[in-house]
Amino acid sequence: MIAIVDYGAGNLVSVKKAMDWLGQECAITSDPGQVEKAAKIVLPGVGHFASTAALGRSGLRDAIADAIGRGVPFLGICVGMQWMYERSQESPQTPGLGVLNGECERFPANVKSPHVGWNQLEGAPSSRLLRGVPQSSFVYFTHSFRAPVTETTVAVCDYGGRFSAVVERDHLFGVQFHPEKSGEIGLTMLANFCAL
Amino acid sequence: MLTKRIIACLDVDGGRVVKGVQFENLRDAGDPAELAKVHSASGADEIVLLDISAAHERRATLLDTVRRAARELFIPFTVGGGIRTREDAAAVFSAGADKISINSAALADPTVITQIAERFGSQAVVVAIDAKHSDGTSHWETFTHGGRSPAGRDAVVWAREAESLGAGEILLTSMDRDGTGVGFDCELTRAVADSVRIPVIASGGAGGAQHFVEVFREGHADAALAASIFHYGFSRLVDLKQEIGSQGIPVRWPC
Repeated sequence: MIAIVDYGAGNLVSVKKAMDWLGQECAITSDPGQVEKAAKIVLPGVGHFASTAALGRSGLRDAIADAIGRGVPFLGICVGMQWMYERSQESPQTPGLGVLNGECERFPANVKSPHVGWNQLEGAPSSRLLRGVPQSSFVYFTHSFRAPVTETTVAVCDYGGRFSAVVERDHLFGVQFHPEKSGEIGLTMLANFCAL
Repeated sequence: MLTKRIIACLDVDGGRVVKGVQFENLRDAGDPAELAKVHSASGADEIVLLDISAAHERRATLLDTVRRAARELFIPFTVGGGIRTREDAAAVFSAGADKISINSAALADPTVITQIAERFGSQAVVVAIDAKHSDGTSHWETFTHGGRSPAGRDAVVWAREAESLGAGEILLTSMDRDGTGVGFDCELTRAVADSVRIPVIASGGAGGAQHFVEVFREGHADAALAASIFHYGFSRLVDLKQEIGSQGIPVRWPC
């Protein structure tokens, strides 16, 4: 079973709907016990980085950290990906999970923010999440903060400079855009994650 | 490069897609779920479903329509019409919408924008503004209730306020151009787009590819929306996007 983690921020129906369409057994849950038992974990997220503080209060953070420690595949989407880093300038007092190094930062002042719409990925062909995804594919973004390009970055996007669009290390995956809203390309990535 | 979005709008009444010319003379144009899928397959970057009857009636029908349309739609999906409260919005999100669009209710009680944004994120809140040029002036009046009542608010000022309250996007409809096919109101669009940092979706007046090019270039729009141009086969989306792209506007192609 794939656990789609609900921590009270945003709307998880779209992610569930995409997983259902792919024929995957999944459940939206806010129960740390269910997260601990999950075969895979998806952490969606929209809105403010501060909302991830709820993960710490509810015991979900510990459940996720424990699962990741046991090698359970994990996919963070949007703010869910940003939470994988140490922290974000959006809410410096809210700790990220810190499984990836670095800090999420705001866009430079010379571009409109939020970054909303379809933009292109430039990525590594060796990525497991991007298997079958052509170079320069378009995906749907909506975010005001972005993750730095580091050694775990497997695809970047350019908007006021390059940032991490897809990160991947062992069984950890993160995407800044919304695969559940990125048409066939996004569904391909979700199917790749489900097939791990 | 971030592309300009071409958005297909479905105006829905009683579960069927209709499209009015200047908000009147409705014609039936089909099943919303079917049309949403067709538009997505032919390259629409986003689907907006506006329940034009919802200010008065038929909420249950709307939720059922949203559910059916959302089921096989994997691009952004916005739903508007008759959403008054955070609870109304929650019901529409549960039915599968990614964003809600609010208009009259936001003017009546602007705090509803903040309430929905705090719970679902600003990216999920589109404030729709129906604007009409005030004769002999250089300003645009905001209208509510499907264009029936003037709100006594300048459209540019209202857009800025909506942004500060937590709106994630502005859906700006020119009532003067709506359904005419003579082109978007680039002046109105630019006035709003240059006043806010959030994306502005231009609406009303699309008749051909050149109109989209103009509103992106001269109107500074981030996205442009059209309805009737797509429904009746005046212009297939695929051809339209290629035409817009060939004029140097970045569009998502191939999809």
